[in-house]
Amino acid sequence: MKDKAKILEEVKTMKKVATRPKCLSDRTFHYCPGCTHGVVHRLVAETIDELAIQEKTIGVAPVGCSVFAYWYFNTDFSQAAHGRAPAVATGIKRSVPGSVVFTYQGDGDLAAIGTAEIIHAANRGEKITVIFINNAIYGMTGGQMAPTSLINQKTQTSPYGRDSETMGYPIRVSEMLSGFEGVKYLSRVAVDTPANIVKAKAAIKKAFQTQLEGKGFSMVEVLSICPTDWGMNVPDSKKWLQENMIPYYPLKEFKAPKAEDAKGGE
Amino acid sequence: MASKVLMKGNEAIGEAAMIAGCRHYFGYPITPQSELPAYLAKHMPKRDGVFVQAESEVAAINMVYGSGGTGVRVMTSSSSPGISLKQEGISYIACAEVPCLIVNVVRGGPGLGNIAPAQSDYFQAVKGGGHGDYKLIVLSPSSVQEMADFTVLGFDLADKYRTPVMMLSDGYLGQMMEPVALPEATNIKKYDKPWATIGARGRGQNLISSIHLVPEDMEKHIEHLYKKYAEIEKNELLYEEYQCGDAEYVMVSYGITARICKTACVMAREQGIKLGLLRPKTLWPFPKMPISKLAQSKNVKGFISVELSTGQMIEDVRLAVNGLKPVELFGRTGGVVPTPNEVLTNVKRLFSIK
Repeated sequence: MKDKAKILEEVKTMKKVATRPKCLSDRTFHYCPGCTHGVVHRLVAETIDELAIQEKTIGVAPVGCSVFAYWYFNTDFSQAAHGRAPAVATGIKRSVPGSVVFTYQGDGDLAAIGTAEIIHAANRGEKITVIFINNAIYGMTGGQMAPTSLINQKTQTSPYGRDSETMGYPIRVSEMLSGFEGVKYLSRVAVDTPANIVKAKAAIKKAFQTQLEGKGFSMVEVLSICPTDWGMNVPDSKKWLQENMIPYYPLKEFKAPKAEDAKGGE
Repeated sequence: MASKVLMKGNEAIGEAAMIAGCRHYFGYPITPQSELPAYLAKHMPKRDGVFVQAESEVAAINMVYGSGGTGVRVMTSSSSPGISLKQEGISYIACAEVPCLIVNVVRGGPGLGNIAPAQSDYFQAVKGGGHGDYKLIVLSPSSVQEMADFTVLGFDLADKYRTPVMMLSDGYLGQMMEPVALPEATNIKKYDKPWATIGARGRGQNLISSIHLVPEDMEKHIEHLYKKYAEIEKNELLYEEYQCGDAEYVMVSYGITARICKTACVMAREQGIKLGLLRPKTLWPFPKMPISKLAQSKNVKGFISVELSTGQMIEDVRLAVNGLKPVELFGRTGGVVPTPNEVLTNVKRLFSIK
């Protein structure tokens, strides 16, 4: 067995290939094992580092599992009431026009109680970036049916499966927002595989760049897993996402800025 | 003294807000306060200000939360049903200590009610309105001049104590025109706001939040808020006494109703009735001590709470009088405003004054 000093000596000669993003605080995530919030947090933090915008970024945390998102980012933050993050972000951005403002919202927050706020912030073309986590369930409150829960999906409040007759259909938020003039960047990604995580990162970066260039509203919908409330292990959760969510919520770049959208930037 | 301008109450608030340095307004249309957003929509852009017509009162108050969190002077306005919608946001704002001015141009209620003047939102404004342990500073103007003056005062108190301030007006004051001497811009005090969320440049994270998950932490934060409220009670009480020195009967009345009561006082004196008026200018803090002092006076035989409601402020009057003297109510509600003669007739009836 090598002694400790020798190991430390060897470590010094190794090349560092991955490190904690500067913007991501050194704190243990409170999320459940297998949850993909951590992955998405890291992608956002990497983006903020790469664009060198940490000192002018203000995040808006939602109500839901990521209510404490501000614990993990070394940026200013505002914690919004349930569903109101796009309105809070509007207030911040209109007051500090040179800042970069992003919201981080789940599907209950954004697609149920906050439907009016997301639609109108998008339609006004607010120069904010929305990270929309779609895992087809309410996590923090214990696994109730979300507006994005799939048909036949069993949850605490749809114990016999979501029945379209009485519970309606899963909302495709990105498709709905894609027709709005104020929306300049819009993409749906997933974080189920390394390849998709790389694509998700690229989309998040484009969304922030769209804001930096002063073009308008940007959003990335991230299909995510919730092993705890889905009642599955992580591999099964990923499989369920691939077999059930992606067919209904196709991965797609709905909108990207055109050259004529440029307005000089911030 | 500056020359006077003839303005509507709602417009006076708008102009005074801009003089106070407010450049951010978020609101949603509702009668009878529409002249205020209309005025700001017209004049804010000319002064590099931001006017946003939100999708709802709910969104508007949350825009105020975000905007006020960045340290700018920000306001919203609405009328009764719209103020009800804002209550969740107001509770968050109070807890997160975001300074802002919220104007309620009160109308007849409950429900959709009507667009006539009322004072039936007293409980909502003074006792909390939203959920949880918190207070608002509540200012009660009774003239267009005070609509302007209290707007400036409201922004100052909001910044001074890092707390939301509500102006409780009514449809009468909002709509009526009076000459106003506009406040001087040079008298506006500026406050440092090192807590503002404007980007963490050369410092650690600033956070605007109302969540305290550990009960002991939440209790500690509420205690901090209430320490602040105690300071406000000590320093910021405003009221006016009219013909109270030798009064046998004292009306307690605020806002537009207090003006009607003043005329009733004059009419009473002509009939040899010693009637006085105590007018709270701040409804929270409430003039408990001045009322208590009057209750202890040998002259005073009784109090009449005169309100445009079925009796809301009367509860605070009774608490202040604390059983020393009878406290009666004369209230009209639903948007009905009494005449001075009607007030006097009812004062005489309630205390069997011949």
